[in-house]
Amino acid sequence: MDATDIGLWGVPLAMLGGAIRVSTPFIFVSLGEAITERSGRINLGLEGTLVFGAMSAYAVAVMTGSPWLGLLAAAAAGLCFGLFHGWICKFPKVNDIAIGIALMLFGTGLAFFFGKPFIQPSAPDLPAIPFGAWSDIPQVQAALNVNVLFLIGAALAIFLWWAFRNTRVGLIVRVVGDSADAARAMGLDPNAVRLLATGTGGALAGIGGAYLSLYYPGSWTERISSGQGLMAVALVIFARWNPLGCFAAALLFGGAGALGPALQSVGVTQGYYLFYAAPYILTLIIMIATSSPSRTLAGAPGELSITK
Amino acid sequence: MTDTVSGPDVRTILDARGYRAALEWIARRAEAFVIPLAALVAGMVLFSLFILAVGKSPAQLYETMWRGGFGSWFSIQNSLSRGAPLLLAALCVALPARLGLVVIGGEGAIVLGGVAAAAIGVALNGAPSFLVILLMGVGGAAAGGIWIGVVGALRHYRAVNETISSLLMAYIAIALMNHLVEGPLRDPASLNKPSTQPLADLYRVGDIPGMEVHWGLVVGILACALSWLLIEKTRWGFAARIAGGNVRAAQVQGLAVGPLIVGFTALAGGFAGLAGMLEVAAVQGSANGSLAAGYGYTGILVAFLARHNPLAIIPVAVLLGGIDASGGLIQRRMDLPDATVLVLQGMLFIVILFSETFYGRFKLFNPDLWQRPDLLKGVA
Repeated sequence: MDATDIGLWGVPLAMLGGAIRVSTPFIFVSLGEAITERSGRINLGLEGTLVFGAMSAYAVAVMTGSPWLGLLAAAAAGLCFGLFHGWICKFPKVNDIAIGIALMLFGTGLAFFFGKPFIQPSAPDLPAIPFGAWSDIPQVQAALNVNVLFLIGAALAIFLWWAFRNTRVGLIVRVVGDSADAARAMGLDPNAVRLLATGTGGALAGIGGAYLSLYYPGSWTERISSGQGLMAVALVIFARWNPLGCFAAALLFGGAGALGPALQSVGVTQGYYLFYAAPYILTLIIMIATSSPSRTLAGAPGELSITK
Repeated sequence: MTDTVSGPDVRTILDARGYRAALEWIARRAEAFVIPLAALVAGMVLFSLFILAVGKSPAQLYETMWRGGFGSWFSIQNSLSRGAPLLLAALCVALPARLGLVVIGGEGAIVLGGVAAAAIGVALNGAPSFLVILLMGVGGAAAGGIWIGVVGALRHYRAVNETISSLLMAYIAIALMNHLVEGPLRDPASLNKPSTQPLADLYRVGDIPGMEVHWGLVVGILACALSWLLIEKTRWGFAARIAGGNVRAAQVQGLAVGPLIVGFTALAGGFAGLAGMLEVAAVQGSANGSLAAGYGYTGILVAFLARHNPLAIIPVAVLLGGIDASGGLIQRRMDLPDATVLVLQGMLFIVILFSETFYGRFKLFNPDLWQRPDLLKGVA
């Protein structure tokens, strides 16, 4: 018994495990949003993309028996949503923030519409790698059971961080995001670049959704997302549009989100719902602390409407 | 015909500047009706295609929708009941929008307004009913007003983006409500659905005489009318419109932009809080999880459809209330998921926002273009 009872140590351990488990969708959505915002657009519709991605991944995985095909379907669906956002926002006077809210409503509506028959059947999970197999303690094993998508997300963050600085494509996205006029002077088409950047962002958000339905919590319900897609927008601001920062911030959010369940597992049930709000409160505090009325945020793309 | 010296109605314009001026006047105003209406029709056509694609009949769907929303006195009353909270929820978006702010977290103010009202109603049990109902309204409005007022203050004094902060605060508000309703304020008798103690019947808001629609509808319409007067007829509204157009210009003119923003957002949140109070006092009878029913989010759609005009909110809220009300009938008669209504709302929202791009682009509505087609290039 004493080999498995690790007392209060369970809390930080559960938070570490929870951070790894909960953070993965944040990593993908925020990296996607970082690419979109770096190109000068903002896509609040990623919340709807996330929910639709979760549904389509689950549906395809149920029908084909392969979680990887589900993942692919979610990415494709996300790409379509992203491209649509990118296309419709190129028209004059069309507000990207408002279109995002509309797409959020539309994506969630479509997901609930087509997802109704998939609430009952169960889909195969995405595989995880047991990094904790060396330990005899079940809690440690559980905490270090890391899904492959988390590892892919981490690698993607490093790659994007490198690509923004060192590649031609990275430079093009940054130029378009900082000044559409400068981009035009260079012979670039800002609308085309933003279309592709928003499409890529949507595809990544779709993958984040697939993780939700195919791994953790691992089933499709209509309450699958509790605003992860929207919090990713705040997370990107906090991370200063830096992919590595997005990764770190996603881990922090995941840890905050795991606080409530971790405390509950050791018997602290008072104020359970308040702990549930921890990631939102954390986000808000961070935004208040890092915003300033007298200057634009360091690292903010010049064309971004949300920081003006 | 007698001389007219009153307001600039069509006749005086005709007299003063001739038919051309009258035509111009009509053309400019026609745009504000024709474009949203055309967008609404386009959205419904698109939705028809969607319904065809899933193998159902759009004609039957719209017929069912009409029957469920407006086909009988019963369904009209149902639509009005559902439209009532939308009036107040939409004001929570429309008022800040006049200042150029996109506040989308009205749901938080509704939820906290409901909890505050329920707490007051239970705490003051025994006091005269008119006093308690009044205090519940004031308490609900204050809770919602503070909640959204903070969003406005953060925007102006700390440059925190109001769209994100209002949304985060909505999630925090819902968590706070769950905490209070399941913990300190819980009625031990509420077993399956945690609720606050039920309000005494004396403190419930009843129906409008002769109708099965509660007084919230009247409160909502009054709030819309007052908001319209505030924006169009007072100097605060005028100042808000200037600040919404250009903050720098407003500051140069010596307008107190900070208090203006905080005041408008607090008023907007107050209306949403009032919607929560009415939901508790007229519909639920106690504060519980049903307060977060999504009125705040549908309110965003209503406000945008009405182009943030408080008077236009009234018909739009009733229309969307009708669509909401017909959802159950569509589900039963046509074997479609309950999310069908959500898909329709999403489609309408996208088409309406897209239609913004057409304002000023049609030669018909834009007298400047009647004899100068070369100007058209600059507009697009």
